[in-house]
Amino acid sequence: MTIPRTASAIRAAVAARDVSAVEVCRDALDRIGRLDGALHAFLHVDDRGALERAARLDRDPPANAPLLGVPVALKDNICTAGVRTTAASRLLEHYVPPYSAGVVERLERAGAVIIGKTNCDEFAMGSSTEHSAFGPTRNPWAHDRIPGGSSGGSAAAVAAGMVPLALGSETGGSIRQPAALCGVLGLKTTYGRVSRYGLIAFGSSLDQIGPFARSADDLATLLGVIAGHDGRDATSANRPVPDYREALSDDLSGVRIGVARALLQDGVEPAVLDAFNASLHELARAGAVITDIALPHASLAIPVYYLVANAEASSNLARFDGVRYGERVEAPTLTETYYRTRARFGAEAKRRIMIGTFVLSAGYYDAYYLKAQKVRALIRRDYDEAFARVDLVAVPTTPTVAFRLGERTEDPLQMYLSDVFTAAANLAGLPAISVPVGLSKERLPVGLQLTARPFDEAALVRAAAALERRLPMPRPDAD
Amino acid sequence: MSEVLTRADVERIAALARLELTAEEVTLFAAQLTNILGYADQIQQVDTSNVPAASVTTPSETVFRDDQPAGSLPRDLLLGEAPAADPAAGLFKVPRVLGS
Repeated sequence: MTIPRTASAIRAAVAARDVSAVEVCRDALDRIGRLDGALHAFLHVDDRGALERAARLDRDPPANAPLLGVPVALKDNICTAGVRTTAASRLLEHYVPPYSAGVVERLERAGAVIIGKTNCDEFAMGSSTEHSAFGPTRNPWAHDRIPGGSSGGSAAAVAAGMVPLALGSETGGSIRQPAALCGVLGLKTTYGRVSRYGLIAFGSSLDQIGPFARSADDLATLLGVIAGHDGRDATSANRPVPDYREALSDDLSGVRIGVARALLQDGVEPAVLDAFNASLHELARAGAVITDIALPHASLAIPVYYLVANAEASSNLARFDGVRYGERVEAPTLTETYYRTRARFGAEAKRRIMIGTFVLSAGYYDAYYLKAQKVRALIRRDYDEAFARVDLVAVPTTPTVAFRLGERTEDPLQMYLSDVFTAAANLAGLPAISVPVGLSKERLPVGLQLTARPFDEAALVRAAAALERRLPMPRPDAD
Repeated sequence: MSEVLTRADVERIAALARLELTAEEVTLFAAQLTNILGYADQIQQVDTSNVPAASVTTPSETVFRDDQPAGSLPRDLLLGEAPAADPAAGLFKVPRVLGS
């Protein structure tokens, strides 16, 4: 029997013993071996650990395992006990965590096989995966293009069919933006929906872990596995997790979708706008009602985000001091050791630590950080007002298709602007999804972004399922 | 109130963050940080009088747990992660802290 490609078909085939978990695992490792030399989606492939794990699942399959035998890739800022976790940084180049993240424990209980750790921007800071200390990932649709970021390795691995599922993390668009640029589904969960225990911290009022998949069904399954309360994360929400697969439907009758047209006036490529408008048409054909809304402060999401996130980053990255774990560059005194060790941060991490340190410093805190937090409250208020009238808010996920490697590395501000439509959901703590809805003339994917009320991930899954039946997404040649 | 950051400003911020920068990085960051903060200045136009600052936007309650001792990761395992440690003494080792 040929090895199935979706998580749901793999689970069914392994449960029925039509294929073994070991055969599925070998197939994934073969594909990674064939494709990853060109793509560099993975920083570490755990061949041995994955095969041992698959063999154990074959010998003794757990009951009620929604991901039985399914290979899953993890962004390399998610801690895995005994398996190197670098956050794509020189400072953690040899770091082997003594414990696993909460989401990793949940994946293991669900019968998943963790296949390896994916590339990302250093400490998840970037929008192209070019800020990885270990070299960039390439877009499976066009190898001279970036896959997006920071979770670019996870997006590329799923897009190229190396794995059916992967986890990424978001602080400001880092799942949805690469999902859009690689043509896969990517979901940012409500702040608090998924445990961050074992996620290497970047911006703690923003960070969330979320799933990548190639079908709404698989996305719903993975989301159901990782969502839920964890007492080890004080921001984890203690509320029930619905069965997200019950939301799968091709009927959107009664769903009201708001479009903030004013946001689309500048800098959106025609190919993106065309695919966006076509996807709205399909949503309407599925029964949704499309109306205009206003989000007056959403255009300020990027400046607010880069002040808030970097302030938090400068604080979180203070722990990398060469004392308790990670790399140390030896020097005669402790203070010099700090300086020399921290010189090993990459340029983008340094830039963000500098911005964050500046906006928190005496004399600037009120004008920058406090002001940004107030505008952040206004951004959230805009959404609360919109959600009194509509169930979902639609915008393109990104203003452009994937850009070329090197095109924006010299101009940080241009790089930041690729998250102009995604950062608002992080600041407001809302769940949001990117759904692949088409290709540009040069065959590069375009994503539609939908944002929902807090904890209404089910509404996002439902809309994604309706769209995938009407706008089936082709696969890159790698598949 | 757009800030222009000089090389001296960049060096002062880098010292606060214990970051060693090369001369090229100091020059580059002075220009780039000025540019980024200039862009961020657009938020100054927004009227935020009577707006409370949001830190976390999802309503949440203060989380309590019972004041009971619970298990933690073994000390030896964690000291084993350190670049230098004395596991028998239960201490991390660092270079000289005070001047000679």
